[in-house]
Amino acid sequence: MRRFLSRKLITYLIAFVIGVTVDWGIPRLIPGDPVQAYLSQFSLQPAGYDALYKTMSEAFGTNGSAWDQYMHYWQSILTWNMGVSIGNFPARVTTLVGQALPYTLALLIPAIVLSYILGNRLGAAAARRKGLDNSVLPLGYVFQAMPYPWLALIIPYLLAVVWHVFPLSGGYSNSLLPTWSWTFIGSLLTHWFLPFLTVFLVSLGGWAIGMRNLVIYELENDSSRYLRALGARERVIRRYAYRNASLPQLSGLALQLGVVVGGNIVTEIAFQYPGLGKLLYTAIGNKDYFLLQGIFIFIIIGVLIANFIIDLVFISIDPRTRLSMQGAPA
Amino acid sequence: MPTRKMTGRWRPAKLAAMTAAGLLTLATAAACSSSGTSSSGGSSPAATGASSAPAGGAITSFPRNETLYTSGTLYGAPSTWNPYNLGNYTTGAQGLIYEPLFLYDPSKGDLKPWLAESGTWDAANKVYTIKVRDNVKWSNGQPLTGADVAWSINSASTNAANPYNSNAAGAQAAASGNTVTVTFKSTPNYAAWDSYLWKAPVVSQAEFSKVPATQIATFADTKPVGTGPMTLLTYNATETAYQVKPDWWGSSAMGLNFKFKYLVDVVNGSNNVELGALTSGQVDWSNNFLPNINQLINGIGGYGFKTYYPNAPYMMPANTAWLEFNNTKAPFNNVNFRKAMAYAIDPQHIVNNVYGGLVQAANPTGLLPNLSKYIDQGVVSQYGFKYDPAKAKSFLAQSGYKGQQITLQVPNGWTDWMAAINTLAQDLKAVGINVQTVTPEYPQRTTNLTTGNYDMAIDNNANLDSTPWTYFQRVYNLPIQSQQTAQLNWERTNSPADWALVQRAGATPTSDTASLKATYGQLEKDFLQQLPMIPVWYNAAWFQGSTQHWTNYPSSGTANDAIPSLWRGYIGALTSIYALANLSPAPKAS
Repeated sequence: MRRFLSRKLITYLIAFVIGVTVDWGIPRLIPGDPVQAYLSQFSLQPAGYDALYKTMSEAFGTNGSAWDQYMHYWQSILTWNMGVSIGNFPARVTTLVGQALPYTLALLIPAIVLSYILGNRLGAAAARRKGLDNSVLPLGYVFQAMPYPWLALIIPYLLAVVWHVFPLSGGYSNSLLPTWSWTFIGSLLTHWFLPFLTVFLVSLGGWAIGMRNLVIYELENDSSRYLRALGARERVIRRYAYRNASLPQLSGLALQLGVVVGGNIVTEIAFQYPGLGKLLYTAIGNKDYFLLQGIFIFIIIGVLIANFIIDLVFISIDPRTRLSMQGAPA
Repeated sequence: MPTRKMTGRWRPAKLAAMTAAGLLTLATAAACSSSGTSSSGGSSPAATGASSAPAGGAITSFPRNETLYTSGTLYGAPSTWNPYNLGNYTTGAQGLIYEPLFLYDPSKGDLKPWLAESGTWDAANKVYTIKVRDNVKWSNGQPLTGADVAWSINSASTNAANPYNSNAAGAQAAASGNTVTVTFKSTPNYAAWDSYLWKAPVVSQAEFSKVPATQIATFADTKPVGTGPMTLLTYNATETAYQVKPDWWGSSAMGLNFKFKYLVDVVNGSNNVELGALTSGQVDWSNNFLPNINQLINGIGGYGFKTYYPNAPYMMPANTAWLEFNNTKAPFNNVNFRKAMAYAIDPQHIVNNVYGGLVQAANPTGLLPNLSKYIDQGVVSQYGFKYDPAKAKSFLAQSGYKGQQITLQVPNGWTDWMAAINTLAQDLKAVGINVQTVTPEYPQRTTNLTTGNYDMAIDNNANLDSTPWTYFQRVYNLPIQSQQTAQLNWERTNSPADWALVQRAGATPTSDTASLKATYGQLEKDFLQQLPMIPVWYNAAWFQGSTQHWTNYPSSGTANDAIPSLWRGYIGALTSIYALANLSPAPKAS
């Protein structure tokens, strides 16, 4: 176990170093000087320009030699100082991400996890019931194949514009101040529901289709036939088939949860939901390379942590992983 | 090893708990993100004067009939109210919180005394005396003094990192009570000084002297202390909320009383979201560019939107967009080639096809209509250019142009400009000029123009001003450096005679209009004969107001003709504050 963990940790550490290095290079490889572009809005005389350019380069860590800059960057990451945004200068990246992250987590984690659980159940049920297979599966295909932006237009159009059941966009009503009050929490919930619903529906179909195919495959597997030949009850066979079929699905879940930190750009733009996806989109629009750089660090860390957790989960649910860890042939 | 039973059973209780946990995160987060709430006013007399606030001074929502919702100025989370951070200060930092000495009224072409009760030159035009208004208070309760004004002026003139450094060049201010005497080391630049008076903020000496000089334009000012009509109430990633001060000096001195209690400026979404917010009455005052908004005004569709002009061009001209080229390169160094382009372009194509009639073609001199008293109509009619493809072709034939490809660039994502350069390229191709359009990212484009590494570009970096001086300085500034970082003379035209004229205009007292007109007339003639750049159209100060909750929006040609713009450099410099104070509640629909 210890060997396994240390090996994994070293792999992740190397991945982190590479990720951070690439991330550091991004704003430096892009042609054009962001600080110069920013200061062009000031119409300064040369002396003032030089003074401001120096101050701002220091703030963004773009002064000094490349090696100094790189070391400075590592220092700022290790001290959890992700730098300063240029589009929202002088706001700190950590502040901006901290404002947006909760919205993204609250939107995507329930949507992904609920659709995973429900989708897998539906898919497994569809694998053994003809009636369900004929109804759930086509619906799943429809939801999965439907272009998401279209769904993100139709649902709010019906529920917000035509029937006025839910608000159209935003994180909460503009007329409220964020406070601990039921009105405010209610506003958060009603604004949360539509983006949640669209993400949930689209992912649901995907999980259901995947699970159905996997379970059918597992039920026709040699091991299932063997169990059946031994006279095991169909319920027992199904349970084993389901467990085996869950493994690839779980890897898929890990991937999705890992990139949750990047937000869901299309959803958050369609609903003007103030999460990380919208922040990322705005940063791209504002050519805010320093904010992008900071967000990517969070994504890198998020993906690595999610993968690590899934590695651990696999150990507890897949006996083969455990065995291979102890040195036995898989 | 026994494995834990991995069941796929759907357990509603577990799901409910998970959902609840997710939503709890959300609620906590949102409540915490309100930590941006400004506490600067917490103990000040201004904040405790908020009558509707319950005990503790906290409000939980903005009553619709007491709140003006605005949009169109911010594209990212508000982060600073430092009025010297010209690239990023939050809407309202200048104007609602910090104020200038004067306001410039483009409709009348004069300066309105604001924090200054008066400002006068002595008989020799050497010493400028400012009488600072009495009974003005900072939001922390301290009185505004002459020392604050003097400190602001001296910071501008002595601190190179102060963005108003060149406006106040050579100025030395000394305060005695509420009288500030400004002397100049050499002949003042009267035009630049005039601009200082209405553009630059007056800041509190007590607050700003704490800031290191090099950081005056970059430090984060999140608890601003200003003299303006409002205080910062709260801000987060999607909006900024201001609260009207009950004891603002302008109520008694100017008779300006706001009918709303809160001003909430909403961070912009996409165009269709903005239009939706306007039609549904969530936003009252929009400074967004909304294409075809003219089809929804004057009661059409029942929306009741208002624009600054009731008819075309609907929007007030705010700056000039011109075609700019590198004058040091062939074929642009040939005046006949430049003239060929000027006659080949039909600005109406851009006005109608790109902007749907919301803008207007520029005067050939490029000066905005508010400066028309300085435009020499005789010069324009004699030397001006207009769309004439035949004439363009004859100039082109004398230009030595061999049909080589030239590029025309605007920043990527500036969609109206991207459409405009396609139109321009078509016009130019029609007379035989081979133009390729390119759209680099904004920082790349700025570097290209700063270093002169470009063929042609669209540019508009001379804002609405009280004097033609700024525009001509922009055109003719010398010397040309390898990096034109001051954003002046990007077209790199080298005309010492014209630069001398610009300097002469700057050194002419503002009151000497006859000399000024003569100098500017000569500059206009040189400009039209040489065409160092080609003015094409006036970009507009986009404005549309919804009458669902508020009415009496400003309109050109009426007594209420204040400038309805909350953009940086407009609010707190022009007359926007009058427009805000003149709004009145819409009559209740029966």
